[in-house]
Amino acid sequence: MLTLIKGGRVLDPGKIDGITDILVKDGIIIEVITKALSSGKSKKKSPEPLKKYKADTIIDASGKIVVPGLIDMHVHLREPGQEYKETIETGTLAAAAGGFTGICAMPNTIPVNDNRQVTEYILNRAKEVGKVNVYPVAAISMGLKGKSLCEYGDLKEAGAVALSDDGKPVSNSRLMRRAMEYAKGFGLPIISHCEVNELSAGGVMNEGIVATRMGLAGIPNEAESIMVARDIALCELTGAHLHIAHVSTSQSVNAIREAKRKGLPVTAETAPHYFALTEEAVSGYNTNAKMSPPLRSAFDRDAVREGLADGTIDVIATDHAPHSSLEKDVEFDLAANGIVGLETSVSIGLRLVEEGIITLSGLIEKMSCNPARILGLERNIKKGNVADITIIDPGVVYTVDSSSFCSLGRNTPFEGWKMKGKAVLTMVGGKVVFDNMMV
Amino acid sequence: MQFERKDILDMESLSAEEITFILDTADQLKEISRRPVKKVPTLRGKTVVLFFYEPSTRTRSSFEIASKRLSADSISISSSSSSMVKGETLIDTARNLEAMNPDVIVIRHPSAGAPHMLARLLKTSVINAGDGMHAHPTQTLLDLMTVREKKGYIKGLRIAIIGDISHSRVARSDSIGFTKMGADVVLAGPLTMIPKGIESLGVTVAGNSDEAVKDADVIMMLRIQKERQKSFLYPSDREYSKVFGLNAERLKKAKKDVLIMHPGPINRGVEISSEVADGPYSIILDQVTNGVSVRMALLFLVAGGVRNVNTD
Repeated sequence: MLTLIKGGRVLDPGKIDGITDILVKDGIIIEVITKALSSGKSKKKSPEPLKKYKADTIIDASGKIVVPGLIDMHVHLREPGQEYKETIETGTLAAAAGGFTGICAMPNTIPVNDNRQVTEYILNRAKEVGKVNVYPVAAISMGLKGKSLCEYGDLKEAGAVALSDDGKPVSNSRLMRRAMEYAKGFGLPIISHCEVNELSAGGVMNEGIVATRMGLAGIPNEAESIMVARDIALCELTGAHLHIAHVSTSQSVNAIREAKRKGLPVTAETAPHYFALTEEAVSGYNTNAKMSPPLRSAFDRDAVREGLADGTIDVIATDHAPHSSLEKDVEFDLAANGIVGLETSVSIGLRLVEEGIITLSGLIEKMSCNPARILGLERNIKKGNVADITIIDPGVVYTVDSSSFCSLGRNTPFEGWKMKGKAVLTMVGGKVVFDNMMV
Repeated sequence: MQFERKDILDMESLSAEEITFILDTADQLKEISRRPVKKVPTLRGKTVVLFFYEPSTRTRSSFEIASKRLSADSISISSSSSSMVKGETLIDTARNLEAMNPDVIVIRHPSAGAPHMLARLLKTSVINAGDGMHAHPTQTLLDLMTVREKKGYIKGLRIAIIGDISHSRVARSDSIGFTKMGADVVLAGPLTMIPKGIESLGVTVAGNSDEAVKDADVIMMLRIQKERQKSFLYPSDREYSKVFGLNAERLKKAKKDVLIMHPGPINRGVEISSEVADGPYSIILDQVTNGVSVRMALLFLVAGGVRNVNTD
């Protein structure tokens, strides 16, 4: 089976940027022929090596951008345990529709992914019904309880790619220190959900004018940034790879920037909502704008954008957190935290490019290359690699309609947003798992 | 003017003109409560549901009496007696109530925004009787009515509100309501109880309670809740009373004709001394009396006013 991806602008940051044909055979990239560079320089005339092949399928990518498969490092698939919110099947379908060829599955399932059996279950289900690669993230502590370490050696052998108690912080500093040291021995990054529970307790949105006016209890920035500072200190102590999840505050961005300047092995992610929205989105008690950490002030949003622009923040991850109406059509205080993100992430990322905050190449780095590097995955578009490829149409204009989502979750704050540009084809291991090219 | 509002949700959404109209209506209706036969047929055949998810004596009985004086049929549901305890959601409970065709649902709820959610989903009129820390518009309207009645005007008055501003829906609604009617509102309390950005409501925050009381025309004391000690908001009743409580000594700094108010229930000897609460400047019980008139006015305006005459 031979597939030719023809005439697209292939953008593999730092490697390729030009009109390029890609030939895929049995899931592997077998030829990459660049015909013209995007910089305008003409490529040396090369013979047409593709002529010797007869492709079974030709994907016409002219006018489109062809990039190494996108990876979302932060997804809640809800299976096992909460299949009414999302399943591995629907979650990976949503990922494919959003242009992702791989996603990390966070461990706060029921039961928690703190042992080999759950990791294997997730991987087996993904093999059976999954549309894209699923990389399980196992728990730092047993049951996410922050009391004892999980068996990282066994978990890694089973297929876990990183460790996190996401949704909850590791409040015990000694446990966090030991977790980082122990994880380092297995080369597993620690993904930290930074939150000081005593400061966030009772809070349901960002502390500030909007919360005061709405009579909602606030969560100060420091509930995040104090823990970011602690974890950076522990990273310095242990030398372990620390990845800070969902950065939302200016103080956190500054602390991470400083840590990187020192040369510490710290990486960081933010989510599209933290650079696209502010606390104002909560107005009208919109539970689809409730998440942890909460949407912050415009000042923080701008600081997050700056962090993306200068490389302080390495990764854009969605923190895709599907909930049903049972959790969201309730009083704001009682509503669950979290929003879906897989199917809107590329479009919101492209807005950053449109606004000149980051380049297109920078966006692909943050949605593909950097997550791959952090997770130790090979991802480039080159001969011999697995064909995990995403095709983006930068020109297509559409309106976000949650009722058309592949995810079971409808909880998006971007409902009705006019978007320009989206993923139109997703190829995983040479197989097209999502194709919206003709529509 | 024509009052066309379906719901009464907060002071932010009411214009100064609407507020004046509500107060004028309440003034006119007040006389009914002084009659030997305290009942008029205005809302005969209308049904008012009082839906209280939080304990309340004053507000609930005030709404109940207001309904009865206008001849509306009222039923009262509390969270302990409702299907809430069986796990029914607020929306489901409200939809079921609406299916019985009431005209007004009065709701008190511990979560901010709960009345707004109902107002969005239901065709029935919704009156907010207090939602979390957010708003308590009927309290503010009765406070405005009482001050206007005693002083003759509101514009230019200096209103001091002292206590736990953070957790108080009365403080928020009064700040907005009095400011909207042209008064100067000054807040005071322990800094642990002054929420971030409260100045955005158009109020000023005084450095201490003496400063707030100085030259005040009206002093509104807020109830301090004992549970707040657990979250480190204040050290003891003793210290609170000394530093922030209103006593005869502190009161001397206010204007000669100052009015003392309190939304109730009061903690005697903590935020207010008995001497002051029962003293000549106190209009705490006038507030309660006017509460009935204001609620009669609101029920009349949403259920019996122009809006409902020509509709089905």
